[in-house]
Amino acid sequence: MANPGTLARTDMSGPRGKKPKKAFSASNIFIYGTLLLVSLYYLLPLYVMIVTSLKTMPEIRIGNVFSPPVEITFQPWIQAWSQHCTGLVCNGLSPGFWNSVSILLPSVVLSIAISSVNGYALINWKFRGSEVFFVILMLGAFIPYQIMLYPMVIILREIGLYGSLTGLVLVHSVFGMPILTLLFRNYFASVPEELFKAARVDGAGFWGIYFRIMLPLALPIFVVAIILQVTGIWNDFLFGVVFISKAENYPMTVQLNNIVNSVQGVKEYNVNMAATLLTGLVPLAVYFVSGKLFVRGIAAGAVKG
Amino acid sequence: MTVVEDTGARSSVTSGRRPSRLFRNPMSKIASIPLIITSVGIFVGCTVWTIVYSFTNSRLLPRLEFVGLAQYERLWSDNRWLTSISNLGKFGVFSMVFTLVIGFFLATLLDRKIRGEDIFRTIILYPFALSFIVTGLVWQWILNPQFGIQHVVRSMGWESFTFDPLNNPQIVLYGLLIAGLWQGTGLIMCIMLAGLRGIDEDIWKAAKVDGIGTVKTYIQIIIPMMRPVFITSLVLIAAGIIKVYDLVVAQTSGGPGLSSQMPAMYVYSYMFGGQNLGQGFAASTMMLLSVAIVLIPWAYLEFGGKKRG
Repeated sequence: MANPGTLARTDMSGPRGKKPKKAFSASNIFIYGTLLLVSLYYLLPLYVMIVTSLKTMPEIRIGNVFSPPVEITFQPWIQAWSQHCTGLVCNGLSPGFWNSVSILLPSVVLSIAISSVNGYALINWKFRGSEVFFVILMLGAFIPYQIMLYPMVIILREIGLYGSLTGLVLVHSVFGMPILTLLFRNYFASVPEELFKAARVDGAGFWGIYFRIMLPLALPIFVVAIILQVTGIWNDFLFGVVFISKAENYPMTVQLNNIVNSVQGVKEYNVNMAATLLTGLVPLAVYFVSGKLFVRGIAAGAVKG
Repeated sequence: MTVVEDTGARSSVTSGRRPSRLFRNPMSKIASIPLIITSVGIFVGCTVWTIVYSFTNSRLLPRLEFVGLAQYERLWSDNRWLTSISNLGKFGVFSMVFTLVIGFFLATLLDRKIRGEDIFRTIILYPFALSFIVTGLVWQWILNPQFGIQHVVRSMGWESFTFDPLNNPQIVLYGLLIAGLWQGTGLIMCIMLAGLRGIDEDIWKAAKVDGIGTVKTYIQIIIPMMRPVFITSLVLIAAGIIKVYDLVVAQTSGGPGLSSQMPAMYVYSYMFGGQNLGQGFAASTMMLLSVAIVLIPWAYLEFGGKKRG
């Protein structure tokens, strides 16, 4: 490190192993070079979304998708959010955003509440057949949703919830259950059994132990579950299309697709990209804020497929 | 142990008769009602319902008039379904191979004790947080022939350059593949990286002592050791591919023509658009069957192996 040449380039220096290597060895150049190129490929779409959404339409027509904006305008964002027309309604994406929020919040609360109790009951209050139900639930994570869609539409119509946001909340809670139950079950399995037994001896019942002991212990897992559900439900498209019947109730992803892929009118690419970016902001924010917890969430949620 | 049994016997004596099994820890059963309804009522019930109705001639409304395998015969002679299957096959093979290779390759790069690992991982994984709709729409724009990659390369002087996958039926699946890989490789990379981190450091020392090069160590020693990780990744990718729907809807809407149709789109359009329910039911049953073909050997390997070990 005494060499001033390497000192100036400390961010490019080699591995911190026992044996110090030269910073510019062939293998290091290969590793960092490849990673930088790969990073460019992954960052490119985000960059394109941002620059396109800040350009005016005339500027888009004379340039290309990668050219940075000469004159920055926020008009596309305003238009995408509150003024863009789909058919006769000119409210932009904002109704979709609020629909998604009002689907998201109850779905997250309901699915996590049910699944955490499931996991707790499956570990600490086993009953005859509980394992069988759990295995069926896990298989359900792999069954293509398509095969369950139509009967679920019938069920929701029978109970008068087809087409409503409440109906969609129920659907999300049902389909979020396998992975979340697995998450909580595995966590509660790692809690020492003595803790549960001691509470039993002290006379605590099913709910007493759940609320006073298990819930406080499992707080980190609740955060992981929230991350998993927020991104999963926000990004859903299929359930939104199938279980919502009125256009004004569509979640944000469905509205976004309708706006961008509508065949009528002149294509406003800058508004389209602003709308796309707006829809992606919520999961992106969750991703960048949660960091390592997100990785833990997807490692657990990987079976969701 | 005998003490515990004694108290159990005594409590049943004091209550007069043996308590029924059904009513033991009742609160747990009440709390598990959502679990039971979801697993048996919805997952099993709805699946069986659809399979049963796939043998009927339901059109506008589900009707129990059995017609045997007629829906399946029609399905397998429908050009649109056959195209969907072949599209799914091609798309599936390419994305499996590329996702595994790229995912593993990137994981090995990140595993070389590099600086800034967190930054690179964050960059490679962030697309996974985005929906397929967002992914499809962005890549639709980047691949736009008038303003996107084709235009950029042409304006750099290569006038005859053509790369317009979204309007060319021959290569439209590659257009989907570029977008799909962008979204999904980060996840597989993370799983592979976790697998690599689980490998004993001593393996590397032993390989070094024996004078085996880094690349050779990865190919001949590490990859065979990571077989379970590869199989899990493969199952994840396959289960995701069979369901692929949003990405295609956003990026190409199944076009041009039938060239990017997928089975999930076929199901949706017959169930909710074309009002030909029987076809939709038969097609979705075939989707379940293909998942089962992927899943059963895996479950056998995974859980059969655990019992032995």
